[in-house]
Amino acid sequence: MVNPQSQGKKYPATEPYLVGREKIREFAKAVQSVNPLNFDVFAAQAAGYADVIAPPTFAVFIQEHSLGPVLADPDVDIDFSRVVHGDQRFVHKRPIVAGDELTGVLEIASIKTLGAHAMVTMNTDIFANGDELVCTAISTLVVRGGE
Amino acid sequence: MTHIDIAGLEVGQEIGSRDFLLTRDSLVKYAAASGDFNPIHYRDDFAKSVGLDGVLAHGMLTMAVAVNVAIDWVGDPGKVIDYGVRFTKPVYVDASVGAVVRVVGKIGLIDPEANTVRVDLTATFDDNAVLGKAQAVVRL
Repeated sequence: MVNPQSQGKKYPATEPYLVGREKIREFAKAVQSVNPLNFDVFAAQAAGYADVIAPPTFAVFIQEHSLGPVLADPDVDIDFSRVVHGDQRFVHKRPIVAGDELTGVLEIASIKTLGAHAMVTMNTDIFANGDELVCTAISTLVVRGGE
Repeated sequence: MTHIDIAGLEVGQEIGSRDFLLTRDSLVKYAAASGDFNPIHYRDDFAKSVGLDGVLAHGMLTMAVAVNVAIDWVGDPGKVIDYGVRFTKPVYVDASVGAVVRVVGKIGLIDPEANTVRVDLTATFDDNAVLGKAQAVVRL
């Protein structure tokens, strides 16, 4: 049973993740992007970016890293086998660009319980190169209660 | 780069549509690209053991492909400043024929002051909406 007291809990920043050009291309291909700014350095630079930019949902990668410690936290007590992804949102200050070194800081924004079920909303602030906020990834997990 | 004049837009106007074929190959590629290796996205036996009908697409993959319709329209993925969805139905991916997700984008809201437009996306598989409240705010 999810512990509602863990609302507001903040976790340490994730290990820095260096965004590679080929990783962006691989991800963009996997999500069926045909946009040259995801693939072509010259096209991205002509559009004003330093290098190829990532598709808007690429930040999920860092969100996943930030989620690990929460799912393993006995204080919060989330049974991952009962988890369904309910909602997802990305708010961008700017796109993620190849060469960014990203860290994620997760906060449990809210825990709502409905009978035996719980809805856990987590905000992960994603920073480039230490302190520049690039994106906030907001994820709501639905944890189904036991019978 | 595409230039869109905000004054020429109307709420309800369709901005584009695209069919996305998701096959088992697509799921394996997305798993590798995203690091999400939950076996419900590649093993039928495992998916069935947790009460699903079979292998389903990552919700995050459906979310990611759907926003392409807004990006194809605006021309620059960096102009999508806010994108959110609700996952409403699973997309089951048949091992031989895959699954086709049809995405249609319409203008939901126009904010001339901020020079932004909210694109409302519908994603349909097998006559069911698989995303709810799929909204992408794009800067023009």
